[in-house]
Amino acid sequence: MRKILLFLPLVMFLALGGVFYSQLGKDVNYMPSALVGKSVPDFTLVSLFDDELVTNADLPSTPYLINFWGTWCPACHIEHPFLNRLAQSGITIIGIDHKDQQALALQWLEEKGNPYQQVLMDEIGHFGLDMGITGAPETFVVDSNGVVAYRHQGEINEQNWPTMKEYLQ
Amino acid sequence: MKPIIHSVLLLMAVLAWPVSAQEQIVFSSELNQTRYQALVTELRCPKCQNQNVADSESSIALDLRRLVFEMIEQGKTDQEIIDYMVARYGAFVLYRPEHSSATFLLWYGPFILLAVGVLAFVLIIVSNRKRRRTPQ
Repeated sequence: MRKILLFLPLVMFLALGGVFYSQLGKDVNYMPSALVGKSVPDFTLVSLFDDELVTNADLPSTPYLINFWGTWCPACHIEHPFLNRLAQSGITIIGIDHKDQQALALQWLEEKGNPYQQVLMDEIGHFGLDMGITGAPETFVVDSNGVVAYRHQGEINEQNWPTMKEYLQ
Repeated sequence: MKPIIHSVLLLMAVLAWPVSAQEQIVFSSELNQTRYQALVTELRCPKCQNQNVADSESSIALDLRRLVFEMIEQGKTDQEIIDYMVARYGAFVLYRPEHSSATFLLWYGPFILLAVGVLAFVLIIVSNRKRRRTPQ
């Protein structure tokens, strides 16, 4: 019995080592979203193209993505072509132009193409805060019940799209 | 000499301008300012996780600072502001987690371990003393 006790420090060392090892290489910016499992918060925003007021009632009833972007955001430049491809393959994307200027945003979509079914302006960033975003780009997957199923920080690309796609139903 | 001093002073003022212009917020009372300072140092920046909202220059931290300021000026209590943040960013934004069943081990685990250690220490001392008393 005493001899077994002598191995206790070794066992604890190995257990701790295992815990630390499993944490290696994780994305340090990852943060769990408080919104997952909840419905999209109430909003009233102005649409980019026609200055119309848009509320939750105008959101699609099919699964869709909410993508936060801005012309000031370098990673959004990288992400944009991929969003165009997603839109071409029939994915509904609602764009939130986060803390941006209307003229710049219109010019950007003119030049790069518009993957969004709708673009809403979040000029002061309040809707972004309500959604709990940490920056741009950031994308939420909303299922057919209007519930946020998944949140992705950073750009969407070939590598992470398959994971997101799973939630889009 | 005097014009030089003047131009140097002017230059210093101009260089200091961006710093002072960065965030000009005026509180309606000293208490509100103190509450603001306390809250922004207690809140963790969601973007740069090793900084609090007060230290971070990320755009989201700027937004959160402005929001805390607005909520304080609107007469919201500290708890209301904290609840608002937790509802959006999760318990994650609190540098001091709330006491709850989920955070029980976090808060009291070290003390439990300490108690176990002290207990083991006492038991070993007692058993050693007993062994010494009994003649070999």
